[in-house]
Amino acid sequence: MAEIQIKNVAKTFGAYQALHDINLTIADQEFMVLLGASGCGKTTLLRIIAGLETATTGEVWIGGRRVDHLAPKDRGIAMVFQNYAVFPHLTVFENIGFGLRMAKMPNAEVTRRVERVASLMHIEQLLKRYSGELSGGQRQRVAVARALAMEPDVILMDEPLSNLDALLRLEMRAELKGVLAESKTTAIYVTHDQVEAMSLADRISVMHQGKIVQAASPIEVYRNPAAHFVASFIGNPPMNFLRAEPAGSGKWKVAGETVDGPVSAATPLQLAIRPEDMRLADDGLKARVKLVEPLGAHLLVTCDVDGTMIRAVLDSDLTVKVGDVLTLAPQPDRVRWFDPQSTLAVA
Amino acid sequence: MNARLLPYVLILPVTVFLCIFFLYPFVLVAQQAFGSDTGWSLDNFRDVVSHWKFSISLWNTLLLAAVVVPVQLALSLLMATMVSKMKRGRDLVLYVWTIPLGISDLAAGIIWLAIFEQSGFLNSMMHGLGFIDAPMNFISYQNMTMVFIAIALAEIWRATAIMLVILVAGIGLIPKEYYEAAEVFGASPWKRFLKITLPLLRPSLQTALVLRVILAFEVFAVVAALGGTLFPVLMGETYSYQFDLSNSGAAAAIALIILAISIASTLVILRALRVPKGATI
Repeated sequence: MAEIQIKNVAKTFGAYQALHDINLTIADQEFMVLLGASGCGKTTLLRIIAGLETATTGEVWIGGRRVDHLAPKDRGIAMVFQNYAVFPHLTVFENIGFGLRMAKMPNAEVTRRVERVASLMHIEQLLKRYSGELSGGQRQRVAVARALAMEPDVILMDEPLSNLDALLRLEMRAELKGVLAESKTTAIYVTHDQVEAMSLADRISVMHQGKIVQAASPIEVYRNPAAHFVASFIGNPPMNFLRAEPAGSGKWKVAGETVDGPVSAATPLQLAIRPEDMRLADDGLKARVKLVEPLGAHLLVTCDVDGTMIRAVLDSDLTVKVGDVLTLAPQPDRVRWFDPQSTLAVA
Repeated sequence: MNARLLPYVLILPVTVFLCIFFLYPFVLVAQQAFGSDTGWSLDNFRDVVSHWKFSISLWNTLLLAAVVVPVQLALSLLMATMVSKMKRGRDLVLYVWTIPLGISDLAAGIIWLAIFEQSGFLNSMMHGLGFIDAPMNFISYQNMTMVFIAIALAEIWRATAIMLVILVAGIGLIPKEYYEAAEVFGASPWKRFLKITLPLLRPSLQTALVLRVILAFEVFAVVAALGGTLFPVLMGETYSYQFDLSNSGAAAAIALIILAISIASTLVILRALRVPKGATI
């Protein structure tokens, strides 16, 4: 059992506040992804959990044990570093067995474990090599194998795939997911790549300016973003936003059209809709086409709706030219509302 | 200019310089060492090696190197590790520690003589504190251990910094992530030093040790200042053959013997600290 609890963790570097009062619980065997742009504090949070950085205030609990005063090695964690940190002076075998040797495990056990994880990561044939003789992808596998060999309660990964080329990243992503599910460890995975986050995570914590903005399942984060930031960060292209003026009793004026919306609010809101949730219809928003990008599977169209630029993903069979006026209807069940003041979602 | 020729043209001046001022004198020295009235011979070598002072000075030189270099290695590793851990004031400390490098070896010898001689600082201090009634004569033929200790101390004080600067540069090149990885995987600070710092420092250790060992075999001025004739070393013998006895053939022969010892020790160091085949450090 390795549930991780982060309680009121804050971190300041001099005058700079990197993390504000973070509270997060990660269930046993859960795959949690910390997602955010660079500088949002996700790596700092991971390093605090690892023990490589000390929180200014707050507590970290792993498996019901408070660990924030313990050395990294006593926390039951293993880590995969962004630049792999595969020791160049040791063979792949000794790299994978490094932690086991430090734990003074008998030779036979070291060999057994190293061979097991090496075959899991498909690097059995590389055990005698040095890291200088490996490709980036192979080094990545060694780094993951070294973490798995510890049979840790928790695996921490700091942008482990960011140094690989696109094709390799795709392959490793699928493999990591399988291997980690098999190993039954709790995983925390830091990335700025939303596709990686969506595909790997049981739950995503979206971070922004040192805070967790939303922690939910990938589909929840995608469908029901809790804040404007999440809506504009997740999705490629991200959500469209249109200004909505209250027209009384749950009716809202959007670009001259009347739309059903929240009853509770009386101040202007933002209507948010994903580009793929817009349909061509007889009745809807008048959109003048500014740019057409045929992407093969579909057509990405950028249009001007009453002075606001929005994007729509349309069927690739359509013939759309710049200057055409389309009538786009947002799918009612996919429309979300945000308060421009608080930037939070409105029910 | 032809791009293939350019590198050679650029290194030409320094090559010419080295040939005129190093290679040519070396050939002359070798000629003197192996020359005699009757043509090529090993007479000079036979003469110097059979002299009663040769084995003593060889033994003294090797003993001094064997004591001084390991102490300096340990000290410079310790100092380099400490300096690299410092966040502020690091440069200042490094400058202070390297001051002895700027002092000539003869001056260094004289400084330490001023400490150890009969009217020196050490005697005045011990007398002032009431430990001794009369000044002691530390540096005399009756107290050879003390002579050796004084010379070793002066050498350690004078020349540790040359290893220090090389090792500080070397440690600075080791990526921080290796230490973090080692820490996460359970290596204590001592284990991190043994398993990460030392192996990854091998190229710098090679350079530092080769340089320091060669200098140790050439020790002269510090010994002359502190030990005089009490503690003969090889380089001192070279000097006295050349200038006291005007026997340049013999002086050249000893110089070549020192060179041979230096080359041999360099090979041993390079071999002992070689990076395993395939490993890139």
